[in-house]
Amino acid sequence: MSGGIYSKPIAFAITATVVILIGTSVTMFYPMMTVQMHPKLDSLKPFTALELAGRDIYQREGCVNCHTQTVRPLKTEVMRYGEYSKAGEFAYDRPFLWGSKRTGPDLARIGAKYPDAWHVKHFLSPQSMFPQSNMPAYAFLKDARLDPEAVEAHMKALGFPYSPGEIQALKEKTDMDALVAYMQVIGAAVKKTAAPAVAAGVIKETHIPNPLANDQKAIARGAELYAKECASCHGPDAKGDIGPSLVDDEFFYIKGDLPDDDYFEVINNGTSEGSVEDGRTARGGMPGYKDSLKKDDIWSIVAFLRSKKAE
Amino acid sequence: MNDYQYDNQTVTGFIVSSIFWGVVGILLGLLISVQMWRPEFNFQPLFTFGRLRAVHTNGLAFGLGVGAIFGLSYYILMRLAKRPLLFPRLARVQLYLFNIGITLAAVTLLMGYTQSLEYAELEWPIDIAIVVLWVMFAVNVFGTVIKRREEQMYISLWYIIATVIAVAVLYIVNNLSIPAGLFKSYHLFAGVNSANVQWWYGHNAVGFVFTTPILAMFYYFLPKSTGIPIYSHRLSIIAFWSLVFAYLWTGAHHLVYTPLPDWIQTLGIVFTIFLIAPSWGSVVNGYYTVGSDWSKMNTNYLTKFFIMGITFYGLQTVQGPTQGLRIVSQLIHYTDWVPGHVHMGTMGWVTMTTAASIYYVIPKIYDTEIYSEKVANIHFWLVLIGQLIFSVTMWITGIQQGALWKAVNPDGSLKYTFVETLIKNYPFWQVRTLGGIIFTAGMLFFIYNIYMTMRRGKTPEMAKA
Repeated sequence: MSGGIYSKPIAFAITATVVILIGTSVTMFYPMMTVQMHPKLDSLKPFTALELAGRDIYQREGCVNCHTQTVRPLKTEVMRYGEYSKAGEFAYDRPFLWGSKRTGPDLARIGAKYPDAWHVKHFLSPQSMFPQSNMPAYAFLKDARLDPEAVEAHMKALGFPYSPGEIQALKEKTDMDALVAYMQVIGAAVKKTAAPAVAAGVIKETHIPNPLANDQKAIARGAELYAKECASCHGPDAKGDIGPSLVDDEFFYIKGDLPDDDYFEVINNGTSEGSVEDGRTARGGMPGYKDSLKKDDIWSIVAFLRSKKAE
Repeated sequence: MNDYQYDNQTVTGFIVSSIFWGVVGILLGLLISVQMWRPEFNFQPLFTFGRLRAVHTNGLAFGLGVGAIFGLSYYILMRLAKRPLLFPRLARVQLYLFNIGITLAAVTLLMGYTQSLEYAELEWPIDIAIVVLWVMFAVNVFGTVIKRREEQMYISLWYIIATVIAVAVLYIVNNLSIPAGLFKSYHLFAGVNSANVQWWYGHNAVGFVFTTPILAMFYYFLPKSTGIPIYSHRLSIIAFWSLVFAYLWTGAHHLVYTPLPDWIQTLGIVFTIFLIAPSWGSVVNGYYTVGSDWSKMNTNYLTKFFIMGITFYGLQTVQGPTQGLRIVSQLIHYTDWVPGHVHMGTMGWVTMTTAASIYYVIPKIYDTEIYSEKVANIHFWLVLIGQLIFSVTMWITGIQQGALWKAVNPDGSLKYTFVETLIKNYPFWQVRTLGGIIFTAGMLFFIYNIYMTMRRGKTPEMAKA
C-alpha cells in the first residue's frame, strides 16, 4: 500500500473528517433537527427563580455524580422510585441531569415525596436519619445566602419568566431553601400514579381488623421496622418530629382513632395533599411503602403502633 | 548529514507535567475511594465527593492523559516526519498554557464551577483556553506533517491526525453553551437532546483521548522497543478506518432505557458490537507482531507492558460492547460495575502503554539507559495487581447491586431498601481502596525510576538527530 492518501496529509485529514462526521450526523445532528428530540409535557413548567437557584446548587455540589434522575421502564425500578421517566419532562433541563451512577438512590420522583423538613434534616446530617448512609452532610448550605442578582442573570440567560418580587424574595433565602425547593419540583410534571389501593372499597366497607393484632412476635417485628423506616420522621417514641405523633389519638388534625385497615392504607399508599382517609383530609408528605414492605410487615407495624398507643 | 534538531525539552516538559498531574489525580482518587465508605472524609465545602470526583477524572484525563499525549505525539511526530516541529516556540507556549489551564481547571472545579457534563465539566472560559491549546497542537501537527521529509505517513500519524480532528469537533459541539456569568453557563441543548449530545461526546472522548492517541503510541513504541516491525500493515489500515468510522455512532449505549428515542439506542448498541472488530484488529496486530518472537517478553522489559496493555484494551473492547446490550445494561448500568470497566481501560491499557512509552523515550532523550529494569518490573507487577483488584472487585459489587435492586419477596414487594443495598457495598469499596493503594505504590516506583534516569543522563537539549 504505497502512496495513496497515506502520503497526502490534507487528503487524509479530509477523508478522516468525513468518516467521523457520518455517524455524528446520523445519530446526533439529524435527530436534533426532528421534533422527537424536543418534546415537552403540557404540565411542565419552567423553574421559578428559587428552584433554578436550587438546581444551580445541585450542579455546583456535584449531586449528579451519585444520584440519577431517570427511572428506567423496568418493573422493580418503577416499584422502587415511581413512574418511569418521560422524554417530555426535561425540556427546561440545561443540561440534563440524568447522571450515570447510583451511589445514592434515583431522585427523578423525589419531588413532593417528603415534606420540606425531611430534606432539611437529611441535608444537615444524612446519618441522623440513615445511620449507615455514606452521603456527605451539607449543613453549610443553611448558612449561605443566595445572590439575587446572579440568580436573575441565570433566569434571563434561560429566558424563564419571573417577577421582580420573586427576585427580591431571594434575599431572605439560603442555599438550603433553594436546594429543597428544587428537590420538591423534580419530576413534578408527571402525575404520581395513584397507588392501586388494596381493594380499597372492599376493605372500607368491612373494616378488616389487623390479622396480627396483639401478636407478640408481630409487635417485636413492628418495633424493629418502625425504628428502621419510621423513627426518623415520627420520632423514636412515635411522639412526632417531622411527621405527626402517632400516639396522641389525633389523626389528620382530627381527634379520634382510625380503624386498623386505615393505618394499613396510610402506610401502604402514603398520603398526598388532599387525599382523604376515613373522612379526614391529609396534607401529604407520607411516602407509601407498598413496594418496599410486605403486607405482614405493614400489619406488624400497625400492631406495634397499637401497643405503643396502649402504653 | 542531518542538520536539524529535535525539540526534546518540550517533549520532556509535557511528560514531567503529565506525571505531576497524574500524581495529583491518583491521590485524589484514593481520597474519594475512602469517602465512599467513610463519609466523614468529606471536608465541606471544597473537598466533598461531588466536587472532587470531577477533579479526579479531569486531572487524569486531561492532566495525565492529554499531557502525555501532547508530549509523546510530538516525540513520535518529529521522528516520523524526520524533522523538528514546524513551530517549536508555539509548542513551548502550549506547554506553559497547558499547565496554567489544568491548574485553573482544578481550582474552578473545587470551587464548584461545573457544567455537570461528564468529562466536559469545565466552564466556558476554560473551554476557550482548551480550544486555543488544541489549535496550537493542531497547527504543529499539521504543519510538521505537511513539511515532513518522509514520503509515507506511518500508522501512528494516522491516529494522531484522527485524534486532532475528532477531539476538536467533539469538544466544541458539546461545550456550546449559554453564558450566564463569568463561571456559569447552561448547555445550549436541553433535556433528551442534551443527553444525546453529551454521550456522543462522552463516549468519543474515550475513543479519541483514551484510544486513538494511545494506539499511536502502541504502533510506534512497540516496534521500536522490540525491534520487530508491525505484523500487518493492511490489517492496521482496515482497523483504523473502521474504528474511526464506527466510534461516532455508539454514544447512545450510555443511555439505554432512558427516554432517548429507541432507534438511537439500538443503532448505538449495534455499532458498539461492531466496534469489537476494529479494536481487535489492533489487538491481533500487536499479538502477531510479538508473536514472531515471544522471547521478547523475557528479554525486553517493555514488551510485557505493551502486551499487557493491549490485552486490557482487548478485554475492555469486549466487555464494553457486552455492557451495551439491553439485557446486560439493565442489570449493571448505574452500578459500580461501570467504574470497574473504566478503570480497566485507564489503569490497565492507557497508563500501562503510556508508562512504557515514557520508559522508552526518557532514556533516549537523556542519552542513557533506564535507571533500573528491576524497579520497572516491580512497577509493572504492582500496577497490574492493583488494577485487577480494583476492577474485579467492582464487577462483583456491580452485579450484586444490580441484583439486590431487583430482588423481590414472594409476594412481589421489593426485598431490600436502598440503604440495605448500599451497606453491602462497603466491604468491596474498602478492597477497592486497597487496590488503589497498590496501584499508587506501583506508580511511585515508576516515577522514581524516571527521576533517577533523568538524574544520571545528560540534560536534554535540542538534540542532534
